[in-house]
Amino acid sequence: MSGLRLLVGAAAVLSALLVAIALAVGIGEMPIAPATTLAAVTNRIGLTEIPLRRIEEAVIWDYRLSRALLAALCGAGLALSGAILQSLLRNPLAEPYVLGISAGASTGAVSVMLLGLGAGTVTLSLGAFAGALVAFVFVILLAGTGQAADRTILAGVAASQLFNALTSWIVSTSADAEQVRSVMFWLLGSFAGVRWPDVWLASGVVAAGLAVCIAHARALDAFTFGEDAARSLGIDVRRVRAVLLAVTALMTATMVSIVGAIGFVGLVIPHAARFVVGPGHRRLLPATALTGALFMVLADIASRLVIAPQILPVGVVTALVGVPFFSVILYRARRAA
Amino acid sequence: MSIAATDISWASGGEAIVQGVTLEVREGETFGLLGPNGSGKSSLLRVLAGLRVPQSGQVALDGADLRAMAPRRIARRIAVVEQHAATDIAISVIEVVRLGRTPHHGILSGWTAEDDRIVEKALARVDLGHRRNQPFHTLSGGERQRVQLARALAQNPTHLILDEPTNHLDIQHQLEILALVQALPITSIVALHDLNLAAMFCDRLGVMKAGRLIACGAPEDVLSAAMIADVFGVRAHVAPSAHHGRVHVQFLR
Repeated sequence: MSGLRLLVGAAAVLSALLVAIALAVGIGEMPIAPATTLAAVTNRIGLTEIPLRRIEEAVIWDYRLSRALLAALCGAGLALSGAILQSLLRNPLAEPYVLGISAGASTGAVSVMLLGLGAGTVTLSLGAFAGALVAFVFVILLAGTGQAADRTILAGVAASQLFNALTSWIVSTSADAEQVRSVMFWLLGSFAGVRWPDVWLASGVVAAGLAVCIAHARALDAFTFGEDAARSLGIDVRRVRAVLLAVTALMTATMVSIVGAIGFVGLVIPHAARFVVGPGHRRLLPATALTGALFMVLADIASRLVIAPQILPVGVVTALVGVPFFSVILYRARRAA
Repeated sequence: MSIAATDISWASGGEAIVQGVTLEVREGETFGLLGPNGSGKSSLLRVLAGLRVPQSGQVALDGADLRAMAPRRIARRIAVVEQHAATDIAISVIEVVRLGRTPHHGILSGWTAEDDRIVEKALARVDLGHRRNQPFHTLSGGERQRVQLARALAQNPTHLILDEPTNHLDIQHQLEILALVQALPITSIVALHDLNLAAMFCDRLGVMKAGRLIACGAPEDVLSAAMIADVFGVRAHVAPSAHHGRVHVQFLR
């Protein structure tokens, strides 16, 4: 694919993302026209002084825009994590949710929430981060770092079961009925109640994560033929793996701590992006992040439209798209073996 | 431009795989490593390439300890062609060869015309320019091996380490690959199964048995009926070939 076509494609996805965000802001009990949203944004940054209804401006700024932006960041972060894990573990099925890392992060966050260790954004994130890290170490130790694709997935299944069981245990022993309902909704993923501090945290983590990953794009390419091949191309395999696994754990944990465990984004998006821009990571990683952002904003819109005025957990929407995709990859992997 | 191993031992899972090997490979020569399966050839090659760190002894590249060198510096000097390079990723031939430029680039350095020139030259050397855009996994075994060789050459190495590069190839491609390696103006270390190909293409041979290097020298000195009986457990008749002048091994029933 030529550089020009690539630029045009990137511009198209970026515009689609902006349009999707404007649409996402417009949906709800009080519909808001995209033009109003645009005016609210340009007013805020001082470009225009278009008179708007106070209530609309408040809804946009206090509820809707933060939610839409967080959906985009979350999609970018999870998709990026999936792309990194697939390359690093040389496994087309690797992603945070399948490997039980999201489950570990949930356990950490729920522990912090229900065992009374504090419930601020920071403590919740730290809890989720610790949980994600524990799950990560668990999977790596169980699977080894060899080439066996099956072992990694099996270890991930074990991790998911273990951490989901621990989460259920903590929830059923510590929570009252009201807490259980909020925890359960949160475990399936929800963008409800997202505020600006969450957006700042997520944007910092995703921006830093993307920068570190792109800086390692060449090293990731070198993993194409395995770890020994990467080492013989001069890659410090241990260091690169440690850095990138930590970045993946950080991104996943941050997202889970804010919106809960949302599956299959990390699986579907990198494959779709690889199909369009090829396997080279200098193109693949930005493409994955951008596409993931777009996908998640669209999934959030769908979750609010399908059974309106009720809201479907967004994890349900991503799973409904992701599982058929997952099946296709499994089927193709079986044929190739 | 030599590579020298001094009394190296490497064990894995409590099992000694390479034991007390001392070996010097001279500048520009093609050195063949022989031995039955499980004799430690692959492991010795990995230690020589700096991919495994020996528990004792040291490997020196032009007198410098390999352990003290950064992976990137080693990769600019030593290139490795594995026995079986496989991937699930739909990567094209030219992209595989470009991987060879990895050790010559830092995080920020961009791709240059010089890189393109080196990649094209490597691809032409293995005669696969016409396959440049084909997916790697659709190639035949011999073509994959040649692409990996091109990738190794794109590293611009002074040393080339090949682990049974002729495995699973038909005889024509076996001869092609080895003739290509022998003609390269760099130092090569090749693990081989076929004693006659080793005799034809290598300047010197080393023989591994149960992790030890038990013989080392010119093909006519190393390849003897006694050695073959001892190491491989088969009877053979060894005589100079009337056609190429090197020794030739005929197995006996």
